[in-house]
Amino acid sequence: MKYLDEFRNPDLAEKLLEDIHRLAKQPWAIMEVCGGQTHSIIRNGIDQLLPDTIELIHGPGCPVCVTPLEMIDKALAIAAQPGVIFCSFGDMLRVPGSEKDLFRIKSEGGDVRIVYSPLDAVKIARENPEREVVFFGIGFETTAPANAMAVFQAKQQGLTNFSMLVSHVLVPPAIAAIMESPTSRVQGFLAAGHVCSVMGYWEYDPLVEKYQIPIVITGFEPLDVLEGIRMTVRQLEEGRAEVENAYPRSVKYEGNEPAQKMLADIFQVTDRTWRGIGEIPRSGWKLSDAYRDFDAEIKYAVSDIRTQESALCRSGEVLQGLIKPNQCAAFGKECTPRKPLGATMVSSEGACAAYFQYGRFTALDQPVIELESA
Amino acid sequence: MSNTLNFEGWVCPIPLRDHPNIVMGHGGGGKLSAELVEHLFLPAFKNEILDNLGDSAILKLTGDRLAFSTDSYVVQPLFFPGGNIGDLAVNGTINDIAMSGATPLYLSSGFILEEGLSLEALGTIADSMGAAARAAGVALVTGDTKVVDRGHGDGVFINTSGFGLIPEGVDIKPTNARPGDVVIVSGEIGTHGIAIMSVREGLEFETVIETDSAPLHGLVAEMLAVSREIHVLRDPTRGGVASATNEIAQAAKVGIVLHERKLPVAPAVHAACELLGMDPIYVANEGKLLAIVPPNVAEPLLERMRLHPLGTKAAIIGEVTSQHPGMVVAKTGLGATRVVDMQIGEQLPRIC
Repeated sequence: MKYLDEFRNPDLAEKLLEDIHRLAKQPWAIMEVCGGQTHSIIRNGIDQLLPDTIELIHGPGCPVCVTPLEMIDKALAIAAQPGVIFCSFGDMLRVPGSEKDLFRIKSEGGDVRIVYSPLDAVKIARENPEREVVFFGIGFETTAPANAMAVFQAKQQGLTNFSMLVSHVLVPPAIAAIMESPTSRVQGFLAAGHVCSVMGYWEYDPLVEKYQIPIVITGFEPLDVLEGIRMTVRQLEEGRAEVENAYPRSVKYEGNEPAQKMLADIFQVTDRTWRGIGEIPRSGWKLSDAYRDFDAEIKYAVSDIRTQESALCRSGEVLQGLIKPNQCAAFGKECTPRKPLGATMVSSEGACAAYFQYGRFTALDQPVIELESA
Repeated sequence: MSNTLNFEGWVCPIPLRDHPNIVMGHGGGGKLSAELVEHLFLPAFKNEILDNLGDSAILKLTGDRLAFSTDSYVVQPLFFPGGNIGDLAVNGTINDIAMSGATPLYLSSGFILEEGLSLEALGTIADSMGAAARAAGVALVTGDTKVVDRGHGDGVFINTSGFGLIPEGVDIKPTNARPGDVVIVSGEIGTHGIAIMSVREGLEFETVIETDSAPLHGLVAEMLAVSREIHVLRDPTRGGVASATNEIAQAAKVGIVLHERKLPVAPAVHAACELLGMDPIYVANEGKLLAIVPPNVAEPLLERMRLHPLGTKAAIIGEVTSQHPGMVVAKTGLGATRVVDMQIGEQLPRIC
């Protein structure tokens, strides 16, 4: 496939890996921020091919993983209401709330539908004027423009039966929160390429300045990820701390300005709780006052739902790179991919789920093939 | 009359003409039921055994080992690019039988119809079942029809059961996989699942992806003509190649190593999977088989498979190992290793 296969070329990957091995003289801990990057790393086994001294810490950038339990419970409460068509991206359906997940609500008669774009939910609302349609608007800055557009269109079309349960989160405040944590081990960041396609990377200048840490804008294909790691390691070894762009085919410094303008109109910055991490000030978006009629939290009066996270689950520490998944007492016991306590065990690229699989593999008595560095 | 159902051309089916849709009476055992059988199913399935209309089909067999299988079909939508629930139900059960190395002979078909289903749709489905059976050289020899209230079904559900005879000297079963064996796939994977998804989810791709639904017993017969040493055959339907190989690894207590770069995937399916965040290794197939065979017969088998229309893109995709028993791992494009686990439920499109 054009523009994909070129960035999976094993010969070029080999060259980049050689470069990384040559550059890396000291141990470094690098966090990839985005869940898409974690997926690529796990799927391609990139972590196994790096020098033993380079540790990748899987960051809090999987929107499914960081959506707080409380928000899932709100979604479940809305989806269970008669007459509601609840639309969501597919992978949110299996994320456990405190008692159920969206699949369970569906099996109990709720009208829960998987859509591929929030605009599909607007279309469903237009075609079903007698029903209430709610879209679960989660994600980082990447999914925000499409969600903003859906609300914008719904307003333009005068739809009164469409609303959005918004749980948007923002990358730069999360990076700041990680760096503020006294126990943080992160020495460099691979920033999320698609987030930067929208927002640009001017937001990272002050972070680099303040925390003196390299931030490299990184894409998602194997060669993109390797190039991001190479540039980060080079900065670390040379004692530099700069914002660099390893994903120039998609990202410009200023980002997508029309999208940013629309986002500023439709959303406003708010404090947001991150699953397993806690509240980070000014780390999310909610609908702005001009669009509050489309806010499902207000429309369905679910703001009062308050849920405590599992006391056993330590996914927050995992997400911050403070512990390895198998250092959690519940790991593999109370918490497995089949019965996850925290979202990092839910999605296949969640750090805990990935560890669960590889642990099963590497724990075998027999010598295993080419996994010495895992 | 022709094999294509044409209601206008019919001479006497007054009751059918009165009801362009299925009504409860079509399952009531009275005249409406009888007329549905006489005017719709019998012409579509046409064979001597069925024409006897006994309570059971009477069959003659020569052989002492039967392969017997059953499967129910609930696919939505009923019609999709390249096929419909009818030919899928025939080919699917034929393939289950063929995966024992058997020659499929006879099928049954049970229909659960939802009140309101159009007779035209049912006619088309029955017709393609008949056509698929004839093309595969099997006979639909017995059947049943029930009707459920509107809202209690999904148009039509079909169950097909069937059996075939296993040739002398053939012993194909999952527990036969041995370390050192080679894993062969008969062609490009993931096509059926993406074809269904493209219509179910209203996705608009530039190219239409058609199901790969096809009967595989002809290909199996060709393979058995090369060697009776084939250890395992499996059609990787739901859950795709990942589930099928995991089942084999667990049954035979062996490990399986797959090589991602060797997995054949059609460019359009590859593109659709990228778009949806899916992995073709988990996507369903309906006209592909996996074969696990001793290494010495792999090349001759592959050569013969590639001469068959359903095996032109056959490829060796992995091997069986004594390491990591019960587990499947994949060598990634970059040469690392990842675990290929079974999915817990459906594969879901990813947000990021």
